[in-house]
Amino acid sequence: MTLRMSLLGLSAALMLTALAMVFFYAPTDIVLGVSQRIFYVHVPLALVGFLAFAVVAVCSIGYLWKGSERMDNAAYAAAEIGVLFTSLMLITGMLWAKPAWGVWWSWSPQLTTSLILWFLYAAYLMLRAYAPPGETAARYAAVLGIIGFIDVPIVYMAARWWRDLHPNKVLGPLAEESALEPPMQLTFLVSILAFTALFAWLMAERTELRRQEIQVERMRYTYGEA
Amino acid sequence: MSEQRAPSAPTGASWWAAVGAVLWKDLLLESRTREIVTPILVFSLLVIVIFSFVLDPSPRLIESVAPGALWVAFTFAGMLGLNRAFALEKERGGMEGLLLSPVGRALLYFGKMLGAFLFMLLVEIIMLPAFSAVFNLPLVEPGLWLVIVLATFGFATVGTAFAAMAVNTRAREILLPVLFFPVAAPVIIAAAEATRAVYAGDSFADYSNWIGLIAAFDVIFAVVAAATFEFIVNE
Repeated sequence: MTLRMSLLGLSAALMLTALAMVFFYAPTDIVLGVSQRIFYVHVPLALVGFLAFAVVAVCSIGYLWKGSERMDNAAYAAAEIGVLFTSLMLITGMLWAKPAWGVWWSWSPQLTTSLILWFLYAAYLMLRAYAPPGETAARYAAVLGIIGFIDVPIVYMAARWWRDLHPNKVLGPLAEESALEPPMQLTFLVSILAFTALFAWLMAERTELRRQEIQVERMRYTYGEA
Repeated sequence: MSEQRAPSAPTGASWWAAVGAVLWKDLLLESRTREIVTPILVFSLLVIVIFSFVLDPSPRLIESVAPGALWVAFTFAGMLGLNRAFALEKERGGMEGLLLSPVGRALLYFGKMLGAFLFMLLVEIIMLPAFSAVFNLPLVEPGLWLVIVLATFGFATVGTAFAAMAVNTRAREILLPVLFFPVAAPVIIAAAEATRAVYAGDSFADYSNWIGLIAAFDVIFAVVAAATFEFIVNE
């Protein structure tokens, strides 16, 4: 069994387990009700999305340092998956916010920084699409991958201070600092593992696909279009 | 072969000579053509006029929206200036000339960056009196000028790196703002908030946090952009 097959099996098994736990094992939240269950998807998406962008940064540094194509492929794959996960994180967050806060969106620090993060890596994908193909796109993307990741904590600080000075009104029950019930905690943990495994599997698939894309491109170049 | 000296590790005087030469080239070109400052000046005045169309100019509202309007105008103007600064190099094959010169890439970066910074600053120096007159706000505020200088420098640091990339891409006019805004978000937020504090008459201590944030941004991204610039311009 290849690495990719075993990752697929692992993430499928974990995902099904997590789903079953979310609906049949974790208790319903007293304050937030059933809608709280979306957190078992929303929070892992956020965490793994961030992990993906960390992978982009590390692989970008690796690429500029060693110039290895594998690093670049991994950075590209991680950025795509990161944008996907972050998009889903924003959507699930909005779906939850409407019933809980009464609004789809509030400009709280958390939301503002998440949105800017999404923009940053959407820009990364656009840069890759519009830059001259091949090595130039890879170099440009790597520079943005590094600058973007350094920018994230600064954006986070700015948005925090910005909203701290103007206290937010619709922040309602976001005080989720309270210790979770043990069954909830366990469900969370399994869910996070499931999404991490899903990320690993998607990474392996996408990196391999990208390698093949480049190979096809080279063959075309060598043997002509026909 | 041993005659060749590495161009990338200059010391003291030669550092300034190299950066100054690149900067001087840009200033001389601009003084003869005025292809950067004039268009962005007219453009940013138009932005202010549009704000006066779309916003009700009651004094209460002015106080809350004026800092935002100012920084929207400056940010857009800065972006256009950066686009022009590299489009000019591209059109006339200037970039190849620069790359052929025996100057380290980091020094090229600082030369171009300082040029962009000075052009933006020049536009802002002309804009601010107009802005103060239209919105009836004080002009002589040392705190405000500190914010403007620091934030404009911050724009120039990341903007120069991104403009050098965007100029070589398809859809370059769109790509520069798409790259620039998310990364410059901290500077835009901090500059607008500090400006608001200045206009509200707050003491320096009240907005020194924001000044610190912009200064940190300036230093970090000047260093990172200079260090990665060789990967952007090496063809």
